[in-house]
Amino acid sequence: MADSIRLRVSRYRPETDAGPHWQEYDVPLRKDWTVLDGLNHVKNEVDTTLSFRWSCRMGICGSCGMTIDGEPKLACGTFLSDYAPGPVPIEPLANFPVIRDLVVDLTDFMQKLPRVKPWIIPKEDHSNVEPDVEFLQTPGQLDAYQQFSACINCMLCYSACPVYGLDPEFIGPAAIALAERYDLDSRDVGNRQRLDVLIEHDGVWGCTFVGECTRVCPKHVDPASAIQRYKLKAALQTVKAFLLPRGAR
Amino acid sequence: MTQSGGTELRLYRPRVSTWWWTRKRTYFVFVMRELSSIFVAWFVVFLLLFVFAVGRSEAAYQRFLDWASSPWVVVLNVVTLAFVLLHTVTWFAVTPQAMAVRVMDRTVPSFHIIAGQYTGLVVVSAFVLWLVTR
Repeated sequence: MADSIRLRVSRYRPETDAGPHWQEYDVPLRKDWTVLDGLNHVKNEVDTTLSFRWSCRMGICGSCGMTIDGEPKLACGTFLSDYAPGPVPIEPLANFPVIRDLVVDLTDFMQKLPRVKPWIIPKEDHSNVEPDVEFLQTPGQLDAYQQFSACINCMLCYSACPVYGLDPEFIGPAAIALAERYDLDSRDVGNRQRLDVLIEHDGVWGCTFVGECTRVCPKHVDPASAIQRYKLKAALQTVKAFLLPRGAR
Repeated sequence: MTQSGGTELRLYRPRVSTWWWTRKRTYFVFVMRELSSIFVAWFVVFLLLFVFAVGRSEAAYQRFLDWASSPWVVVLNVVTLAFVLLHTVTWFAVTPQAMAVRVMDRTVPSFHIIAGQYTGLVVVSAFVLWLVTR
């Protein structure tokens, strides 16, 4: 194995650059080094002006999403040795405005997420319940939504989604997966409220089932599945509204 | 231009190329899957023309056969068959994602749903084959 590998990093400095350009750095190639380790080496030893987001280094925080060799990936979970002999092209996440270098603007998602009410909407008001009261679930009830609760908001799915790239109004994969996570929770009764949001033109119907969100998800959430299941719910609701009397819906 | 915390950010907004679907194999397969719908529609039209010709007269049926065996129709139908197969395989493969079946509080494995579809396809095809050759 060679002892170094070249990183081709997309640089964009808003105060001087009209657009992004490539800059190359040679970093040590070690078996246990991820792309994030390589970038941190550059930041600490070579070029302190390079900007990127990171925090936990173990695929939990969802901060270090970037486009590595054309694929949206977490830099902390992507090993440099897989790209030997290099170079390794590193760009910011696609489909987002770039603030600087590898840092993208996530304002759009932050505004969209609360619209699907990603929290438990209980049947009764729990504000007066004793703090030690438990709301029990069976393993089956947990299993129904657990997969969708693994989302870390890393935005890889938005970056992979051509629908979001072409129409930024689309509410997007992670937001819908999180809506499904709470819909499937036995303690939650907010289905109707979330459906009212997701049945709109910028909701689930924007999705054409490319399925790329699921392929790139580092936590195996399967947002594409959540969206198709939502479409089924939305369609059934429309049929019910058409066929049944008002009281029975 | 965006305001954030009083500091003006000059954001770079990348544009999505018209040819985005040629960039990755999975995007390309997706676009081909969408395109396959047109060919599925053509097979429906072809079948209707066939049924219509059979219902009209023997001469009309013969004319239909002559037309259907002309080279361009054969080429079109071979291409259509390829796309219909792609349509079937790709949609069967993604069905478990859209259809989450839970039995006894457990999710039915994807494999069972896909196998069920292929079994259905074989049964229906065998019935049609029996119907037209008996």
